[in-house]
Amino acid sequence: MINSGDTAWVLFSSALVLLMTPGLAFFYGGMVRKKNVLSVLMQCFVMLCLLTVYWMLFGYSLSFAPGKGFWGGLSWFGLNGVGLEPYAGYGGTIPHQAFMIFQAMFAIITPALIIGAFAERMRFSAFLVFSLLWATFVYSPLCHWVWGEGGWLKNLGVMDFAGGIVVHTSAGIAALVVALSIGKRKNLDHNVPSPHNLPLVVLGTALLWFGWFGFNAGSALAANGLAVSVFVVTNAAAASAGLTWALLEWIRNGKPTVFGTVTGSIAGLATITPGSGFVSPASALVIGMLASILCFIGIAVVKPKFGYDDSLDAFGVHGLGGILGTLATGLFASKLINPAGADGLFFGNPRQFLIQGVGILVAVAYTLVVTFVIYKLVDIFFKMRVNEKEELMGLDLTQHHERAYTVLE
Amino acid sequence: MKLIIAIIQPYKLEAVKEELYNVEVNLITVSEVLGHGRQKGITEVYRGAKETGNLLKKVRLEIAVNEGFVEPTIKAIVKGAKTGETGDGKIFVLDLKECVRIRTEERGGVAIG
Repeated sequence: MINSGDTAWVLFSSALVLLMTPGLAFFYGGMVRKKNVLSVLMQCFVMLCLLTVYWMLFGYSLSFAPGKGFWGGLSWFGLNGVGLEPYAGYGGTIPHQAFMIFQAMFAIITPALIIGAFAERMRFSAFLVFSLLWATFVYSPLCHWVWGEGGWLKNLGVMDFAGGIVVHTSAGIAALVVALSIGKRKNLDHNVPSPHNLPLVVLGTALLWFGWFGFNAGSALAANGLAVSVFVVTNAAAASAGLTWALLEWIRNGKPTVFGTVTGSIAGLATITPGSGFVSPASALVIGMLASILCFIGIAVVKPKFGYDDSLDAFGVHGLGGILGTLATGLFASKLINPAGADGLFFGNPRQFLIQGVGILVAVAYTLVVTFVIYKLVDIFFKMRVNEKEELMGLDLTQHHERAYTVLE
Repeated sequence: MKLIIAIIQPYKLEAVKEELYNVEVNLITVSEVLGHGRQKGITEVYRGAKETGNLLKKVRLEIAVNEGFVEPTIKAIVKGAKTGETGDGKIFVLDLKECVRIRTEERGGVAIG
């Protein structure tokens, strides 16, 4: 039976999640140097175009067609059989296509998250091929295992409400692999580039936070009490994480920065994602705090020691946040919040924590290996990195023959 | 005393700075400018239509030096900025009549360094 309220909420949520990809574009675009801002906006925006087509042709089928195999197969190729009647396994009260388009937005933003790791130095053609292969061979299988009907991690009891594993852990680990493989940007030793437009970063954060209500609360797939709980919990984690990051900076560096505070909020949002449908608002405040503490240590302390150039901290925020959030779900989940879920360790069920750990191990190991293989293959055929002159001149002019800003009129 | 003004390719700024530090010229003023040389320039595309003849972005360096530093400075700029292609830029060397360090009101050669 189609429920009009549920359908309206999922459609609206789909639009909210769509907005997150341009939001991410501004978030990342403000952080790079001005000679590269268009390349980042373009990489994000083209994901909307390329992956929509991918999703409709075979991505949705690979991810969500029912089956116990490696992925869903091609029975829903070209949306064949994905109609306007509800599908019991995927939100039984909304048209199947509403679920399909909602999930499309997740498939779009996940590869876009990785852009933060290789910003300012990847060739555009190689980027397109890499992203398409990554969506096909990393995103779709993981998505099927965790969310698809018959998926083995789902059957094992792994809980990932809105994408802590499928979206943030996978993108974050892929980011680390690519950052290590492609190498550091030129001249980083003398001259660590400042973000060219912090207001743009703040605008992007605002759009991401706004869109995240669709991402998380929309994942209830219904306009009900659970969706409200998820909404409240999501907001709580973002707020407490932003505050925590500002305090950490205040203590360690003497001043709280805008850049740090918004980064903290995003870390909180990424971290609460897997548990958003299973934890209480009070737990969310704690999870948000832990998110900023972990990501702050990762970005401000550990990254400089290892010296890899995860340029915009895609791993530091989404990878660490996704892993922490998925494990935290195994601690803080409570059946009082969502009877369809399970209790976590703090509510008397230590087994759930182990199950969450297995989910993370599988996702990390699979993503590490397959992302590396895809990277090497694309590098052989398309050459991943721009040459030195192109990098110094900037990707806007060399990849797109455009520039973002004029000097005089 | 001379004032050296150099117009270089923006993407060569880091390399030129590096070369200048190597000859211990540390005091430079940098600005972003637009200019036209003989170079036809990079074609930009405006919604699919090619636009040529745009003024090109360049970087302008201003360096005030005492006589002994003139040649090393010129050589350093050339070393950092030269590719051999059109558009590498120009160096102008001007006589400098006076130099005042505002903080101490020192004048002349001592005020430069």
